[in-house]
Amino acid sequence: MTDAHTTGPFIAAIDQGTTSSRCIVFDKDGRIVSVDQKEHEQIFPKPGWVEHDAKEIWENVQEVVAGAIVKAGVTSADVKAIGITNQRETTLLWDKNTGEPVHNALVWQDTRTDALCKELGRNVGQDRFRRETGLPLASYFAGPKVRWLLDNVEGLRERAERGDILFGTMDSWVIWNLTGGTDGGVHVTDVTNASRTMLMNLSRMEWDERICSSIGVPTAVLPEIRSSAEVYGNAKGGVLDGVPVASALGDQQAALFGQTCFAEGEAKSTYGTGTFMLMNTGHTPVNSYNGLLTTVGYRIGDQKPVYALEGSIAVTGSLVQWMRDQMGLIKSAAEIETLASSVEDNGGAYFVPAFSGLFAPYWRPDARGVITGLTRYVTKAHIARAVLEATAWQTREISDAMTKDSGVELTALKVDGGMTSNNLLMQTLSDFLDAPVVRPMVAETTCLGAAYAAGLAVGFWPDTDALRANWRRAAEWTPRMDAATRDREYKSWLKAVQRSMSWLDEDTAAEE
Amino acid sequence: MAKNIQSLERAAAMLRLLAGGERRLGLSDIASALGLAKGTAHGILRTLQHEGFVEQDPTSGRYQLGAELLRLGNSYLDVHELRARALVWTDDLARSSGESVHLGVLHQHGVLIVHHVFRPDDSRQVLEVGAMHPLHSTALGKVLCAYDPVAHSEVTEGERQSFTPRTVTGEQEFEALLDTVRARGWAADAEETWEGVAAVAAPVHDRRRMPVGAVAVTGAVERVRPGGELRPELITAVRDCARAVSRDLGANRF
Repeated sequence: MTDAHTTGPFIAAIDQGTTSSRCIVFDKDGRIVSVDQKEHEQIFPKPGWVEHDAKEIWENVQEVVAGAIVKAGVTSADVKAIGITNQRETTLLWDKNTGEPVHNALVWQDTRTDALCKELGRNVGQDRFRRETGLPLASYFAGPKVRWLLDNVEGLRERAERGDILFGTMDSWVIWNLTGGTDGGVHVTDVTNASRTMLMNLSRMEWDERICSSIGVPTAVLPEIRSSAEVYGNAKGGVLDGVPVASALGDQQAALFGQTCFAEGEAKSTYGTGTFMLMNTGHTPVNSYNGLLTTVGYRIGDQKPVYALEGSIAVTGSLVQWMRDQMGLIKSAAEIETLASSVEDNGGAYFVPAFSGLFAPYWRPDARGVITGLTRYVTKAHIARAVLEATAWQTREISDAMTKDSGVELTALKVDGGMTSNNLLMQTLSDFLDAPVVRPMVAETTCLGAAYAAGLAVGFWPDTDALRANWRRAAEWTPRMDAATRDREYKSWLKAVQRSMSWLDEDTAAEE
Repeated sequence: MAKNIQSLERAAAMLRLLAGGERRLGLSDIASALGLAKGTAHGILRTLQHEGFVEQDPTSGRYQLGAELLRLGNSYLDVHELRARALVWTDDLARSSGESVHLGVLHQHGVLIVHHVFRPDDSRQVLEVGAMHPLHSTALGKVLCAYDPVAHSEVTEGERQSFTPRTVTGEQEFEALLDTVRARGWAADAEETWEGVAAVAAPVHDRRRMPVGAVAVTGAVERVRPGGELRPELITAVRDCARAVSRDLGANRF
């Protein structure tokens, strides 16, 4: 751009994501100076199994860091800190003497630990460790994945107990390598990533030895738990040699931070393939009785940790892709808005995209997708509208669950992600939530959050107020729907949700 | 009746041939099917290939219909696609200029606002997506009139209303203004639509170099034109943004 913001200094943020690794260089105003990105291979050894080659990922990270620095036209002297954000829960074990992974990383989507999780629930069920960890026993989380690797890679448990093996989520892997690897690399993780392992006690912020032994993870493999914003060490080698590595946050927590949701009750929702909504609940972990997860939002240095409630929707952007690829009703994702805008309403049709069951707040694996309320009047345009409304209603359900659990009403929803370019969806969201929906000016809130945390750690930004001052509203949608219509529509949606349940018989649901 | 152009007739016959039955044909098949010398057939195929109407399989050397034909078939650009592509660039433009940004397309004798980014000063602002702006007096509209022949004919046939004393309404004056726009590659609006409001806009082109819309920076006249002069860095910024969106839509660098 024209105004010279290349005078520096800068912060580099690394986003080690599920499909790609990226590096973005930010200036002091939080503006993007340069971006570099590289995809990595998705490995599917069996149905339901998803792996990543951690060596490939580390090579890509080095490449995109170098790429972004070159594109920005700066040197390591201009970069004050490196921040890390990462795909959460993806699990890796490696040999600390050679730096070699002992197996591909098990990706968060990988469901191979389903049976193990059921077994670990014993007679209590999936909430066995919920009080301590905030999480239900589900295949996403890292602890059971570590156990699977120890059980299935030959000789690994012995090596682990001897102290030769290190465990980490991708933040730990990247930081260990950045800070020298076998040559003095630091083995750490941050509180947000640790809170996704099912091994950390949420209120003490320490590994829970009782749970570690119940799940079967030797504490010798575990990284040290640190805050999300502090200097873990300095980069050794590479284009950023000597630059402090100063933050780590799981991707959704990083987006919460990038959206500057620093006050209790502030929430953000990221609309991608799926949707993740997180609400800041202040300094106390709020137990959920409505199907949400309790997680750590962030912790800055030695300040008190900030907790969050999290609700996820499995199918949002992917429903639009389904309309394009499987149904062929649209040619591009953006066209859903054109089609949906050609009618005034949904024509009585409701679409519950429970393609792999219902997630928060229902958690019904026996549910499957339904389109209901069909009459001869309904056209493909009404279905397109129902598709967008499905995303908005599911957000409303999570927002309602958050209000029930936390007692805090949502005052405004900060949104990011690809689907925020859909104007009709954003307006519908505001109508259904009966609250303003606000889009910030930097769409890359995940990387921005990591950059912010790293910048705070090294004094690049003085405090969170300075970060708030950087936040800019790019657009705002305010509710236009009258209460009677909203209530009637919500009732119909909830009826449609009921129709999706119990589609699978109990034993089939258990097998899937 | 005027004599038809033989090479165009032959090119049309080739496209029909490639569209029927077998999908890929070699040069000699095409030449013999149409009763042409190989050299003649090759010359026409090469021209069609250059225009994207025909593609050659690199391994077999056989010819097939090109992607450009499909694009001709669905030629309009979805405005929501345009917005999705423009999102990051227009955000950055608003941020760097400190003013609001609009993206407009030609629609029913006016400019339809399809995307709006707020001025980044945290003041209360209302989303203007869906609003219609006039063609002849706004920076967005002038860019569309200068580059899009349909917009041009609409604006010259329609009535050009005077909104402020500065609105240009006379035909010759207006045409001269459009010439300047074409020569410079951008258009301005200095209180010609709304008192106190100034803007600068540049065209967005698609992959076929067709003008599909325009992007503008709009703000208070005293900030956009301090001392009566348009801030030159705004012109560069809005043109950079328009070029970036065009590139994302597949237009070549220009």
